[in-house]
Order: sequence, then structure tokens, then C-alpha cells
Amino acid sequence: MAKHLLLSLLLLLAPYLMQAQDDLLDLAEALDSTEAGYVSGTFKATRLVNGHSVETNGDQELLFLISHRFGTLNSGAYNLFGLDQATIRLALEYGLTDRLTLGLGRSSLEKTYDGFAKYRILRQLQGAMPVTVTGFSSLAIKTLEQQLPERPTAFSSRLTYTHQLLIARKFTERLSLQLSPTWVHRNMVATRQDENEVYALGLGGRYKLTKRTSFNAEYYYLLPGETADQYRNALAMGFDIETGGHVFQLIFTNAQGMVEKLFIPQTQGAWEEGDVYFGFNISRVFSLKKEGDW
Amino acid sequence: MKLSFVLLFCFACLLSVEVAAQSRYFTKTGHIWFFSEAPLEDIMARNRQVVSFIDFKTGELAFSVPMTAFQFKKSLMQTHFNENFVESGKYPKSTFSGTFSKPGAIDPTKEGTYKVQVEGQLTIHGVEKALSTDGILEVRNGKVRGKATFIVAPHDYDITIPLLVREHIAKEVAVHVDMLYEPFTGNTP
Repeated sequence: MAKHLLLSLLLLLAPYLMQAQDDLLDLAEALDSTEAGYVSGTFKATRLVNGHSVETNGDQELLFLISHRFGTLNSGAYNLFGLDQATIRLALEYGLTDRLTLGLGRSSLEKTYDGFAKYRILRQLQGAMPVTVTGFSSLAIKTLEQQLPERPTAFSSRLTYTHQLLIARKFTERLSLQLSPTWVHRNMVATRQDENEVYALGLGGRYKLTKRTSFNAEYYYLLPGETADQYRNALAMGFDIETGGHVFQLIFTNAQGMVEKLFIPQTQGAWEEGDVYFGFNISRVFSLKKEGDW
Repeated sequence: MKLSFVLLFCFACLLSVEVAAQSRYFTKTGHIWFFSEAPLEDIMARNRQVVSFIDFKTGELAFSVPMTAFQFKKSLMQTHFNENFVESGKYPKSTFSGTFSKPGAIDPTKEGTYKVQVEGQLTIHGVEKALSTDGILEVRNGKVRGKATFIVAPHDYDITIPLLVREHIAKEVAVHVDMLYEPFTGNTP
């Protein structure tokens, strides 16, 4: 009987004992369900250096991107090491959703217009999904007037398509790497020997030096073929500097172009000979969301 | 005798539920937002996934705030907030653990509005600081609404703001807390 009474007493006290044991904060932290999260900020900008990164714009965000490439560093002091000449690309990129971005751009090189769509297929998720995968497709239109006006060509011959699968992983807070298999299709090429289809593999990454700056590098390896024999693989290096709504990217590259069809299959500069173009990308983000939408 | 033991056991179980239900209230969808007015652009973010507990018997209060759940108007700002300012990867949660004044004077089953003084330890970015502020507890329809506003200086929590954007970001940020507490039965997932 005494034993039973003691047991009953213990049972009666149990809730009080339990209450004394667990701290309210521990209870609160245990209930918080946002432990596993999607990895954000794989890269700072929508460009790794020349090429696109897996990053897309946020929902209803408009990004204005100004890109410049000056002349080559080896053009001498007379040209102030290339600063006297510049090619420019102006572009707008809009996020229809957090995953889908559409963009339009215009490069002064070959007077090229380009339009692209970018869709984030997979997002890196802690413990569940190791990589972020973004699909990228672009159409570039060369509008530079023909050298031989007596030989008119169809509009379609001015078009180049680029398709990329961007696969990236943020390994640590500092290190992110990206793999970018690329297929460039050119409707018309200059000579019979030139290839309509060019395949390349992009490799790149970033290493954060401080919270707001990172060192980025990117290499596009042309798969063996006619193009690989005649042109060079594009190697670009740069620094990302982030200040509030801007990201500045300072770039050194052997490619002059700023769209895929130019810097992947048409790079001619040689790093070892000093054919290096200095340049920058500056982006500014505007949110077009109305108050109360979020 | 067996029967009496079973009865006692049942009574104990009932009592345990009752005790928990009476004194502890909680929420998993608490709302915390902050606003910082700056010359270039106002910065505002809200978080609707705050977990909070309040115990009317002991006067204890606890908050767990998942930092990545703060929603900004611009996703870039949100990325910067998580990556550069509060470093959510390293410090995923902010917490507050403290007490409110005169717990005995508040009956969570009786409608009314009570002014309280809240005191405790606020941890943001891994830095713990004492915080004391005024709050209001409002009992209505079996639920308790808790509201408070306090000022946080990022500098106090070792959150550094780079020189380039210093003028864009206020030195002090007003944090608003709005919780709608429901009775905690102890077995809610």
C-alpha cells in the first residue's frame, strides 16, 4: 500500500517535475521548423565572370546590368593599356518568379542583340539536394551590316542559339564551384570548315575573400574540333565587390565579347601574349513589387 | 486497492494536462518585423515563423527566431542580410529568454489588457545582451496577444556595416514583436 501511495505521489508530481526540467527556450527552439533550408547566395551575381551563374533574379525584380570591356592590356601606353577603346553591353533582366528570369541585352560588338531565359530547375537543400541546377537558353542576333551588300543573306543566318546547363554547389560559406556544359548552335558560319555546332565545358568558381568581396575564375574548354583548333579557350578572372543593391565585378579576360556566342566560340586573345581585356560588370536591382505583396 | 491505484493514475494524468494547459501558452507563427529608415531606401523585413512560449505561472518568456525566415522586399537585400550582416549560416537563430513582471496578476482566462515590463537576455549574431522593454498582454477569446517594441543597435551585436553603405543603414533599428499565443497542451508537434 505504501509503495502504491508513493508511486501515486510521484505520478502526481510528475508534471511539476517535468516542467521544472525543460527550459522554455529549449522547448521553443525544438519547435522551430526552419532547420533545413535552401542554400542561398551560391554566387553574388547572375554572372560568374563572363558567363552566367546559377543565380536568378528574385520575384518581380528588375536588374540593370552594364558591362564594359576595354581594349587589350598589350595595346600600349599610347592607348592607355586599352582604356581608350571599349565595347559595351547594356541589359535588363527581370525575374518573373523566384525561379524564372528573362533578359534582353545589346552589345556594341557585332551590334548584337540577345534575349535569354533562365530557369532554376533544382535548388541546393541542406541534407537533401547537393547542387543547384539552372537551365539557360539564349538567342543572339548579329545586326552588323553585311560586308558584301550585293550578297544578301536571310535573317535566320544572323542567329546563334546557346544552351547551357549550369550546375553549382556551395561547398562552404566561402567556396562555390560551377560546371557549365554548353552547346552553341550557329545558323550560318563564315566558311565551309567552320562548325555550326560548338560544344564547350565551362568550369568556374568563387572564393570569398571577405564577406563582401570574392575572387572568381571561369574557364570555357572547347571540346576538340575545328573551333577548338582555330580559337582559344576563354579564361576569365575577377573580383566581385558587393555594396548594398550593387554588385561590381572587375574582370580580366582574353575574350572581348560579353554574350555566349562571342566569348565561347570566338575568343582569340592569348593570355601569355598579353591579349587581356580589362572590364567590369555593374548591376543594380530594382524591386517592382507593390507594398503588401510580400 | 488495485482500482484505487488506477483511479489515482487517471487523476494524475488529467492533472498533468490541466497544469500544462493552464499556465503555458505558445505560438509557432509569431510575427516580428523591423524597420530602418535611411536616406536612400527604407529597409523593412518581416518574419512570421517565430516560435514563442509564455508561462503565466512562472512569468517566463522565450523566443526562437529563425533568421533565414526574415522576408525582405528585395531578395538581394535578404541575401545580404543573411550572408553579411547576421551570418545566418553560423548563427541560424536569434533567441530571447526572460521574464515579464507581475505574472500572478494576469489571468489568461479572463479578458483584459495588461501592461508588463519584460526583462531578459537577447541573443543575436551569437552575442548575448540584456534587454528590458515595455510590453502589452491582451487576453481575448481564450488567446493571448503579446506586443512589444524595442530598439536594437547592430553594433552592439558585433554586426559590422561597411563604410560604403553606412549612410544607408540606420544605427538603430526598431524591432516590433506581435505574438498571438494559444494554450500549450504539451503534445502539439
